[in-house]
Amino acid sequence: MNKIFLVAKREFLTRVQKRTFLLTTIALPLLIFAFYALIIYFSVSGNGNLNIAVADNANLFQGKLDSKKADVSFELVKNETTKSLNDKLTAKKIDGFIEIPAGFNILGSDSLQLKSAKSIGIITREKIQTLFNDVIEEKRLLALNISKQKIDSLQKANLIKFATVEGKENSDKKAGISYGVGFFSGFLIYLILFIYGAMVMRGVMEEKVSRIAEVIVSSVKPFQLMMGKIVGIGAVGMIQFLIWIVLVFGLQLLLPLIFPDLMHTMHAQPIQPGAMQAAQAAQQSGAMSGLMNGLSQINFPLIIGCFIFYFLGGYLLYSSLFAAVGSAVNEDPQDAQSLMLPITMPIVFAIVIMTKAANDPTSSLAVFGSLFPLTSPIVMMARVAYGVPDGVTVIQLILSMAFLIIGFLATTWLAGKIYRTGILMYGKKPTWKEMWKWAFRKSA
Amino acid sequence: MGNILELHHLKKYYATQKAVDDISFSIQQGSIFGLLGPNGAGKTTLLRMITGIFFPDEGEIIFDGKRFDALNDVLKIGYMPEERGLYKKMKIGEQALYLAQLKGLSRSEAMEKIKFWFSRLEMQSWWNKKVEDLSKGMSQKLQFVTTVLHEPKLIILDEPFSGLDPLNANLIKDEIYGLAQRGSTIIFSTHRMEQVEEICDHIVLVNLGKKILDGSVGGIKQQFKENKFSIRLTETATQSSSPAFEVIDEKANTLTVKINEGYKSNDVLQFFIQQQNTIESFHEILPSLNEIFIQLVDGTRATARAFQQL
Repeated sequence: MNKIFLVAKREFLTRVQKRTFLLTTIALPLLIFAFYALIIYFSVSGNGNLNIAVADNANLFQGKLDSKKADVSFELVKNETTKSLNDKLTAKKIDGFIEIPAGFNILGSDSLQLKSAKSIGIITREKIQTLFNDVIEEKRLLALNISKQKIDSLQKANLIKFATVEGKENSDKKAGISYGVGFFSGFLIYLILFIYGAMVMRGVMEEKVSRIAEVIVSSVKPFQLMMGKIVGIGAVGMIQFLIWIVLVFGLQLLLPLIFPDLMHTMHAQPIQPGAMQAAQAAQQSGAMSGLMNGLSQINFPLIIGCFIFYFLGGYLLYSSLFAAVGSAVNEDPQDAQSLMLPITMPIVFAIVIMTKAANDPTSSLAVFGSLFPLTSPIVMMARVAYGVPDGVTVIQLILSMAFLIIGFLATTWLAGKIYRTGILMYGKKPTWKEMWKWAFRKSA
Repeated sequence: MGNILELHHLKKYYATQKAVDDISFSIQQGSIFGLLGPNGAGKTTLLRMITGIFFPDEGEIIFDGKRFDALNDVLKIGYMPEERGLYKKMKIGEQALYLAQLKGLSRSEAMEKIKFWFSRLEMQSWWNKKVEDLSKGMSQKLQFVTTVLHEPKLIILDEPFSGLDPLNANLIKDEIYGLAQRGSTIIFSTHRMEQVEEICDHIVLVNLGKKILDGSVGGIKQQFKENKFSIRLTETATQSSSPAFEVIDEKANTLTVKINEGYKSNDVLQFFIQQQNTIESFHEILPSLNEIFIQLVDGTRATARAFQQL
């Protein structure tokens, strides 16, 4: 036990003290954050204001036009001719103009033209388009004598509400959130298995290639060496994730401080002219509150608890297999590729089942996937996100955890057997048949 | 002194071959013991069983008077395998500390011993360097230090001089003698016969998984002597045919003769004295271990090619 700790300590310290560790753990999230901050900054600030003159000869806007919209300021002008507008454009007094002819038929398919000095960006175009379309649509409704309320009631959605036998109302919002949370955490475990599993494998290969394995196993049991490595790298993973989580939350709190404008702009957004816009905004804020409501329905302590369990269980299960593969290969990294295939296959398989399970947590495929220890760490996360009696029964959860523990004991035992032979074998790459023999012969 | 190690009928069979097939021998405490054999003879497997890396299929290992207990006894063994290396990216001081702690030393004990050995072998300035910065000879020196650091009762060195220049090789050789004098037993495994002849008290030769020779270096040479003598005269021999011996080789004034059955060395001397030759020197030619080796191993399935003089 003491020796496992010694080995783990070395594995942990040598990795944490590396410059690349600091780089990936601290600099990478900062970099990603800075990248997003830049994107947000640019999308909020836009690229200067376009000054567009609108010659509303048809009195479409009835003198009202929200000028602060979409990085574009509109100016309603009167008594201008096409020529005088053109002159203004060439004199750069305005960036562009739209002329609405006096006899503009809103029910017809006449189109308007925006003439600008420079080409207008696609996002700004889209915004201008929507603004005009909305106004024209409203006018059309009025012209056809259809009230806004009628349209709204026609389009009312969510006629069916879903509920489970337990009598709990199962809103779409909650299902959506559960899907998102389940998929995200399942995917996270998938990444963890790959990243840290591969790290264990590389560590074992390094020991073999640098020929230190035999020196070490003359003072430590091969199993202790393997477990020490797995525990040490697992600790690196935990620390790395912890730092990431702290960084992500910390930076999120910083966001409004860095961009005070951002919040302002976001709040300013829904204030738009036209009933349609207002309705849309209302729907959006409804969605927001639904999202919050949905999140509050998610059982986070359960999910976090399960996440830690399946993270550890899955990591222990797979990392020992990765260690076994690492012990079997020699210098050639391509050997590792081909030997890794049987291990990566169930992980990829698990991700496929998980996407199904995130949609339909109680399907028989999802149940199988969440019980089978090679796929359960990934698949179960998708089911647990739906809550305990809804997504997965207590019995299934307990069974899955028990199977995972048995599974990881079995793979560690098996991997330990392969490992202790493989680590001292030099020369040609062993076949799977040979590795099978190493695992199941009586003694080493 | 008693035996530090006794092997009784050790066997280790692999699927394709009998790596170690019923080998028994014992090693006296404080001796320098040579384990010889061609490549693939089973030496490494044998050493791995002694160091607790492998379990024997059959047979028994008695270590220090008790049945070998891998878990505890490995702490009393220092093993420098033939396939050896160190963590390339790790600092040398930390590496030595880590390996010493794995051998059961506490941090402070390990520190003290490392300082002692580093200053002894003039390695103090290496502490913060990395193994990848060392030359091959330097890392061999470090490897040796990490093997003997915990003052093991039994030190097993597999090809300890590979990669060392004569100066460093002598340095290590002196340390080996010193360790033996202080009571450590050394098992020395090599292909280099001249080193075995120089260093070892006792040797065992294994081939194809079996022990084919066991004894002291002197005893074995006596056992394999062919009654060859070298005789040097002041002038060229006038006549050199006698029923007492056959001349095998004649170079200027030096004759190599093989004494025939039933005659003694004195008969040779008598013959030349009677011929009025003045004898400058006369000595027996004992076979070198190398020759014995090739004689024993050649013709078996293992090739002697691996034992060419380097």
